[in-house]
Amino acid sequence: MSLLITGATLLDQNGRRGGALRIEDGAITEVGENLESIDGDDLIDASGLVVSPGFVDLHTHLREPGREEAETIETGSRAAALGGYTAVVAMPNTDPTQDCVSVVEFVRRQGQAAGLCDVHPSASITVGRAGTQLTPFAELAAAGVKLFTDDGNGVQDPLLMRRAFEYALGLDVTMAQHCEVERLTGGAVMHEGDCCSHLGLPGWPSLAEELMVHRDIELVRLTGAPAHFLHLSTSRSVELVRMAKADGLPVTAEATPHHISLTDELLRSYSAIYKVNPPLRTMDDVEAVREGLLDGTIDALATDHAPHVSESKEQPLDQAPPGMLGLETALGVAIAHLDTDLATVVGALSWKPAAIAGIGDAHGRPIEAGEPANLTVFDPTEEWEVVPARLASKSRNTPYVGVPLRGKVKHTILNGVPTVKDGVAQK
Amino acid sequence: MSRSLLSIEELGTAGVQRILDLADTMAEVNRRPNPKVPALRGKTVCSVFFEDSTRTRLSFETAAKRLSADTMTFAVSQSSLNKGESLRDTIETIAAMGVDAFVIRHKSTGAPWLVDGWTNAAVINAGDGWHSHPTQGLLDTYTVRTALNRPDGFDGLRVAIVGDIKHSRVARSTTAAFTALGADVTWVAPRTLLPPVVHEHVENDIDAVLDRDGGVDVLYMLRMQQERMNEALVPNLREYTARFGLTPERAARLAPHTLVMHPGPMNRGVEVAVDPAELPGALITQQVTNGIAVRMAVLFDLLSAESPEQSLTEGPTT
Repeated sequence: MSLLITGATLLDQNGRRGGALRIEDGAITEVGENLESIDGDDLIDASGLVVSPGFVDLHTHLREPGREEAETIETGSRAAALGGYTAVVAMPNTDPTQDCVSVVEFVRRQGQAAGLCDVHPSASITVGRAGTQLTPFAELAAAGVKLFTDDGNGVQDPLLMRRAFEYALGLDVTMAQHCEVERLTGGAVMHEGDCCSHLGLPGWPSLAEELMVHRDIELVRLTGAPAHFLHLSTSRSVELVRMAKADGLPVTAEATPHHISLTDELLRSYSAIYKVNPPLRTMDDVEAVREGLLDGTIDALATDHAPHVSESKEQPLDQAPPGMLGLETALGVAIAHLDTDLATVVGALSWKPAAIAGIGDAHGRPIEAGEPANLTVFDPTEEWEVVPARLASKSRNTPYVGVPLRGKVKHTILNGVPTVKDGVAQK
Repeated sequence: MSRSLLSIEELGTAGVQRILDLADTMAEVNRRPNPKVPALRGKTVCSVFFEDSTRTRLSFETAAKRLSADTMTFAVSQSSLNKGESLRDTIETIAAMGVDAFVIRHKSTGAPWLVDGWTNAAVINAGDGWHSHPTQGLLDTYTVRTALNRPDGFDGLRVAIVGDIKHSRVARSTTAAFTALGADVTWVAPRTLLPPVVHEHVENDIDAVLDRDGGVDVLYMLRMQQERMNEALVPNLREYTARFGLTPERAARLAPHTLVMHPGPMNRGVEVAVDPAELPGALITQQVTNGIAVRMAVLFDLLSAESPEQSLTEGPTT
């Protein structure tokens, strides 16, 4: 039995064309301008829709194990599928930490059991993310881990970070840094600027991110090991990465949907829904991050999907945990807020993050016969608004209530099987 | 839905004027032999202080009692907050007992706004984080207005606020209140004790402010906390006093018309290194006294449906 998608616009790294495709046994078997339906074919009429390689999220907090009240691997996977994702990288700040093979394997198996998207666990750089002892990189790499990060915290110690880069050499893994010099952000609640001055809140200066971006760029220059920069949020960070790339250094970077769409002014509402780390910054930063995505300085849009239960987000700003949902709204935010061609948007959501995640053999592939059928089908023009109660995520902390979004996922196909059909998760 | 008093900015210039005018009436009540009126009889005011402040709480409760409101105190240290109850649950529980106004002090910026969203009772911000303390701004401006007999505003009045602006809700609200009434406010502090972004006039030399032509009309000294030294914000308190304190030498140079204010409690020998009783322009005690009248005015403004003429006559107060 096969699945036939007709009338679509196909969009991948090789460009944009009209067409149809047939999928059998998890792979694309035929691509053409017009394909005839065979008896028994499942049909998807994709008229007016775009078919692209499936989206890949480099930065998802699935909360399991440890914080299952906020999200589970199953609910997070469902949210991912609805957002058009066929693969996500699970961040390691779970409890226990993804710092050893057994926890990493647990996360992978839970992802397989949910069967809604490929869950690729990352692992922490240091044991327990405590910043003192390296995790067994080689053992974890042998278990399939490609990205290492202490996300939630940056690795503060420059000696330890140098060793991490050096030890990673030859293992085909990438260090992914949450850039934050913590001595400069103690107690910080929001971006250090006009709003925090008015609100009397401790500020998170842009400098705290930029210093670590700069440090790691120089460590990459010294060691030759690759680095990936998580959730860049400041204008100067983008500029530093731009210069590092111009120097030919093996660095990549991501930015979140919220850092291209929201600013620190929203904290004037006193609502912790807008508290996130790194914090929402100024319009100048938003524009610089957008520009970085457009010129390729920033490779990927990554959600930093960070579910939190409502009670914790109802607390005052300084007490609530940072983080916002992102999986189900990323495409709608990206199209609404990036003034560019669709191929740039989809590239940042699909084949570019697939390469950084080290899963470019299965995800983010061109739409051609013989390729794995991991695909996203979306309407690039549909305008919609998010309704928190209808989110598949277990949590409700989306900052996009009342914000017009453009672009909506209709179908998501994982290994040839729809995980989402007509906007409805299939399990 | 009741109105609330959350910040000077939300109150606006007309609102500040209205409260200060009403405070004159309340001050008259306070001068009576029996300073109590039935204006808020049957109303319940609950003070919920998540941060200790006996002075502010006593001031509010005295104000409420002089208007014959019933008062309740929620003492956080004895409450189930220590057992993990959320702010929202606490507020909704107290509200369910039938409360007309909450007086909230919280260490977190914005907490009174959250509370305001969870209850139909009036909410009075009695200080949130480093952010806002509107009744302090009102009592400070009321005190100057009374001292100078300037009920129509402060055009041309020169105010200098000296010290730890960055961590001070008093500085923010008092600046907003003086500015709303037309005064020119200058912040005097080292860069380390200012917010990251500053729109006010700034001076890092107190002597330049004191010695300029005409001096300064109001010299407002902020409390300097010992712990600021641990954060490398100032080298030590001796240097702070030498650079920014009201020393005997500076006190002797004050222009005769300069009023000296302080929100209390004062660090003697640090920001004020003279006996305030020896300063002819000191208004520090008046600030405390006026705090009652101003808070009566705020409570009355929020909770009474009647005009002051109707309800402030002497009468049975049960």
